[in-house]
Amino acid sequence: MSELFQGYSEAAARSGAYDEMFAPGQEARKSYGQVAGALSELSLADVTARADSMARTFLDRGVTFDYAGEERPFPLDIVPRVIPADEWDVLERGVAQRVRALEAFLNDVYGRMSVVSDGVIPRQLVTTSAHFHRAVHGFEPAGGVRVHVSGIDVVRDAAGTFRVLEDNVRVPSGVSYVLENRQAMAKGLPEAFGQQHIRPVEEYPRRLLSALRKTAPSGVDDPTVVVLTPGVFNSAYFEHTLLAGLMGVELVEGRDLICRGNRVYMRTTAGEQRVDVIYKRIDDDFLDPLQFRSDSMLGCPGLVNAARAGGVTIANAVGNGVADDKLVYSYVPDLIRYYLHEEPVIANVDTFRLEEKDAREHVLDRLDELVVKPVDGSGGKGLVIGPDASREELEALRKRVLADPRGWIAQPVLQLSTVPTLSGDRFGPRHVDLRPFAVNDGEDVWVLPGGLTRVALKEGSLIVNSSQGGGSKDTWVLADTPQLPDEALPRQTVTVREQVSVWPVESNWRDRQTDQQQ
Amino acid sequence: MLSRIAESLFWIGRYVERADGTARILDVHLERLNHLPLEEQRSVARELLAVMGARPQSEDFGLPELLHSLAYDKQSASSIAGALSAARENARRARETVSSSMWEGLNTTYYGLNQHRKDVVGTYRFCNWVLERTAMVRGLADSTVSHDESWLFLVLGRSLERADMTARMLSTRDVQSAGMSWVNMLRCAGAYESFLRTRRAAFGDQHAAEFLLLDRLFPRSIVFALRDADECLAKLDPSAQRVGFINDARRIVGQARTFLEFHRTDDLMSELPEHMERVQKAVTQASDAISRKYFNQADEHAWVGEVS
Repeated sequence: MSELFQGYSEAAARSGAYDEMFAPGQEARKSYGQVAGALSELSLADVTARADSMARTFLDRGVTFDYAGEERPFPLDIVPRVIPADEWDVLERGVAQRVRALEAFLNDVYGRMSVVSDGVIPRQLVTTSAHFHRAVHGFEPAGGVRVHVSGIDVVRDAAGTFRVLEDNVRVPSGVSYVLENRQAMAKGLPEAFGQQHIRPVEEYPRRLLSALRKTAPSGVDDPTVVVLTPGVFNSAYFEHTLLAGLMGVELVEGRDLICRGNRVYMRTTAGEQRVDVIYKRIDDDFLDPLQFRSDSMLGCPGLVNAARAGGVTIANAVGNGVADDKLVYSYVPDLIRYYLHEEPVIANVDTFRLEEKDAREHVLDRLDELVVKPVDGSGGKGLVIGPDASREELEALRKRVLADPRGWIAQPVLQLSTVPTLSGDRFGPRHVDLRPFAVNDGEDVWVLPGGLTRVALKEGSLIVNSSQGGGSKDTWVLADTPQLPDEALPRQTVTVREQVSVWPVESNWRDRQTDQQQ
Repeated sequence: MLSRIAESLFWIGRYVERADGTARILDVHLERLNHLPLEEQRSVARELLAVMGARPQSEDFGLPELLHSLAYDKQSASSIAGALSAARENARRARETVSSSMWEGLNTTYYGLNQHRKDVVGTYRFCNWVLERTAMVRGLADSTVSHDESWLFLVLGRSLERADMTARMLSTRDVQSAGMSWVNMLRCAGAYESFLRTRRAAFGDQHAAEFLLLDRLFPRSIVFALRDADECLAKLDPSAQRVGFINDARRIVGQARTFLEFHRTDDLMSELPEHMERVQKAVTQASDAISRKYFNQADEHAWVGEVS
């Protein structure tokens, strides 16, 4: 290995985490063979020049996220994260299984609540969730799907076992970076693609569009799909534009929409046009001022009624938040057994429910060893890592937990696995997680091969969120055979006749030669 | 297409053209201004600013302040940097509609705005850079955006702004003691060579003004730009094929154009400032009418009652 890896194995050994590229004290793992080979050919100057060029490309192309009103590029590291085919197979099955269970759970929770009457989870757990919306109770969403898109966060523990860290079935974001990263890597580290087959990611937008169209309200032959964004100041605005662009549909803001007679229309230069499926990228609370926050101008009044009446499909369905409540998360293995009669493919991270007295006492004695998380938080907000917290912070945390035990869970501090990451003039081990994305069209759950690998750029840090200084890596799922994207779009009804003879190359070329001579 | 997006495209067209026009005017006038003694520089700077539709912010308004106001002030939509920032912001809002190369063209231009020396020498280079960048953005728009409705709004904005900018350019001739010659005026519009070829160097004031106002083949002449705008409007609203025009914007644009075309050139010349003001006013009115017809979001905040 080149000088860039000097001291790497020592640093990796110190952190005690599972390193994705190197087994302890050894050469690169087999799956990383090609990447290791490509990197070993490069000098420091090469690597930094390529990294700089990748960063500039992102800025020029506007591959940014908005943080506190400032557009920042989401740094992409030059070393990809590689997942061998057999490991991916497990993840893929596990993620799809989880999505099916959560879909069944949501249907049940907003319907008969048999999960409660059968004693699998306490009723109070559901009714006290901040994201359990009575406004959508008792109706079947148009198209029959609630979790169209999900991002199930997984991590690898010190033993190398994948575990689910949390479920995101409201508005999971980050898939745009998966698409952009792959393009950037093809230019930044082309040598690493070499002899191996990497499963493609670019079919995601077609899969998504296909699922959205398939779940349109009944009776609509050629549904109009739109992406609903809160606007340019949203941190994921870039993603909204990218997805709308790649699906070839309109990107609308709330003010572009009008609800009338339980149908939704958008204002166009040719008048009002009906909208059938809304891929919403707005939190429920801001979606409809008639139902939720009345001060929000981001959404459109009447959307929820229109959805309830079956006049429009909202993806993901309103009220999904109850399924990614972190307390509900702790029950997901039970939900999988209850609804699917299967054993969970991927285990949860051990989780203490602080509303249970014994667990609470146990946790309060060991606050300095655990991670404590608010149940309805996202993006790492409000999370306290015991070993890193000061005495005062822990004391404050104790008070907050005691005041609202339902609001918190605790987990052991996981040494997330590491991947070599460029930092200064060499590679150092940095912790990563993984967010695979799944698209559910009501019949199938399709998992995008790979997903977003987020990396904590600071040495030793376990926080990978983009808003907290994280970056990302391209995630490569290896395949044994060449991979071509599947056809996900509905077949064209009009056949386009091939026009082979439009450019008779030979004669045309001669004509042009004569033209020039004249 | 979405009204909001159509509006963004229209304004991208306007802002990019405004940056281009302002850079041309500034470039040529800077050369003149540099010859003048300080006192005169100040009064000319003020007048020039007024022609461009802005007001001096402070008492001691001179050349450096002029550079700031017309070139670098990102807060003001009448400066080059402000117009390009606004164009980029509009493109960001319409990003899934403009082509990615056009978006990247505007985005990299935006990031390049800060990389210039803000003195007189730097401003010359800046103006040239702006002409290049705007030409590139226009080229990318023409060659990578489908010439459908979205493109029509872009070109509509561009041509209205172009008529407006040429009118302003012609108005700067009246800036006292700037002594703007018609040669320089033609250079402002990038029309010098075209004019020479057309008129075989036989130029007097009369012919030069005629050229910039009325030439039907030169793209930056007012009549050319207004005809472009009219064609876009006709394509956007093909309803008035036979009798009359119910479209306000078309009526306004058409009136402005025919007024110039059928007026005696001598009269136009003797009352040039009034006529140029009329053109600018027509552009504003047409812009408002387009906005009412295509972009209007007046009932934006109105809640519509539900049946169930």
